[in-house]
Amino acid sequence: MGKTLAEKILTLKSGTDARTGDIVISKVDLVFVQDTTGPLTVRQFMESGIKSPAQPGKTILFIDHAAPSPQSALSNDHAFLRQFAEKSGVKLSDAGEGVCHQIVAESYAKPGDVIVGADSHTVTAGGLGAFATGMGSSDVAIAMALGKTWFRVPDAVKVDIRGKFHRGVSSKDLILHLIGKIGADGATYQSLEFSGPAVAGMSMSERLVVSNMAVEAGAKVGLFPSDAVTRDYLAAMGRASDYQALAADPDAQYQKTIEIDLNALEPTVSRPHTVDNTATVTQLKGTRVHQVFIGTCTNGRVEDLALAASILKGKKRHPGTRLVVGPASKAVLLEAIQKGYLSTLIEAGAMILPPGCGACLGLHQGVLANGEVCLSTANRNFKGRMGNPESFIYLASVATAAVSALTGEITDPREVL
Amino acid sequence: MLKGRAFKFGDNISTDLIVPGRLAGLRSNLPELAKHVLEDADPTFAARVKPGDFVVGGSNFGLGSSREHAPLVIKMAGVSAILAKSVARIFFRNAINQGVPVLICDTDQINEGDSLEVDLAGGIVRDLTSGKTLTFGKIPPVMLSILNEGGLLPYIKKYGDFKL
Ligand code: SF4
Repeated sequence: MGKTLAEKILTLKSGTDARTGDIVISKVDLVFVQDTTGPLTVRQFMESGIKSPAQPGKTILFIDHAAPSPQSALSNDHAFLRQFAEKSGVKLSDAGEGVCHQIVAESYAKPGDVIVGADSHTVTAGGLGAFATGMGSSDVAIAMALGKTWFRVPDAVKVDIRGKFHRGVSSKDLILHLIGKIGADGATYQSLEFSGPAVAGMSMSERLVVSNMAVEAGAKVGLFPSDAVTRDYLAAMGRASDYQALAADPDAQYQKTIEIDLNALEPTVSRPHTVDNTATVTQLKGTRVHQVFIGTCTNGRVEDLALAASILKGKKRHPGTRLVVGPASKAVLLEAIQKGYLSTLIEAGAMILPPGCGACLGLHQGVLANGEVCLSTANRNFKGRMGNPESFIYLASVATAAVSALTGEITDPREVL
Repeated sequence: MLKGRAFKFGDNISTDLIVPGRLAGLRSNLPELAKHVLEDADPTFAARVKPGDFVVGGSNFGLGSSREHAPLVIKMAGVSAILAKSVARIFFRNAINQGVPVLICDTDQINEGDSLEVDLAGGIVRDLTSGKTLTFGKIPPVMLSILNEGGLLPYIKKYGDFKL
């Protein structure tokens, strides 16, 4: 019997014939933490009694969530992480480098890897065919110490994607639509495996958006096959030798198959306060927006800033709508500067944040007032997420966010594009 | 036998509702952070909860961020177990890794304030207020052995490795 992508990778990394439902101990290729989960993880690592990390060169501490730090307590956490990196020899990605998941995609993740991160959106690297999943700090501390962890081999759900995106519709709409359809717990404990004729035409940036949000349906991983797109992306990142082709077997067993027809897909928005509370943009047309946030590990890549710049070029944001833009990494920021996207965005009235999580998790750089609405390209709209439980977050694509910044209300990007 | 009162919460209680991201600056000061447990879901919870009490959620309890601070502050509040119709994956592992039992049962049968008695080994919740008895699903063996040691750190300290 053939294997799903999850079964294939865990077979390779556990040295057993890994099948859905099995409990396996898997080798871990990369372990990372970020600055809001890292201090607890490092303390637990120290408490474990194991003296040094199993693979210091494959262990990374990211300072990205509160970067640069907005308060002394967080500055002290950062200092603690820096000291630990120096003592233990693990890698440090300091403030200003960017969001962990973007840097993992750019510089570390390989098809077939097992990656664990103390951050739920570690699933992002599934876009590159890596079995990448978020865990809490105890699990990550032990993975750091032992270079391995245990997994239940997940049931797989096949997402069969066909058709073509219409103009103004993107992979963000695809994943919001899917989560709306199956629910915020629609894939709990499962592996979402994306395949079908449309996948070959999806760029790495588009794949990363989809994998990034797999966890919003409860999934353990969101996996794409590794193919020519993966090969070209790795080559562009200077990592051609990290490529290997990887796909599920044609006779793999899935718990179920979900079909998505891109031709029928409409711009989709998640309403407050859950990601599965979706509607089409048409249904929400006219909703007043006080702040638009374009960025994060979901939609803060060069392709996203390019699209936003193309929509906003020569225009001005609505005077009642703040426009906050956060490039996901230093590499993204540099390229956006070189290509002129940033000056276009700034001329349109955008504020540019340093590379990092920015306003996403409610610590700084764009906290909302009571009753205000943010239209965000991030991945989560939970109550209080952006720092104020009395505010409202809608999630959308970059195209929807950018056109809505011009009108000051939720607007259908197809009217403009 | 665990004994305490039920504090009911709805569906989709996220880790942001349990311990919001805006309080990240308190994460290295756990006693302070713990004062805010479940604040955005029920601002009165922290003041009312007593050691031994139960957090009783609906479906998909603990969805969202991987922050282990969420089950940790629930544990620090003295909560003896979390009951829910279903629980998000990362939260489930985190709670067990912190030594907090997570029991999957039909929590619609339990009302706010009910006195509960949980027989962990027997897999039974007795609602002493309503007289109802509920059964909960088995905790997978690997997680049970971690729970029996009081969490993942004590488990690894004892065995030095995963013993499956
Ligand atoms: S950008 Fe937002 S979702 Fe992504 S890692 Fe940062 S806080 Fe988490």
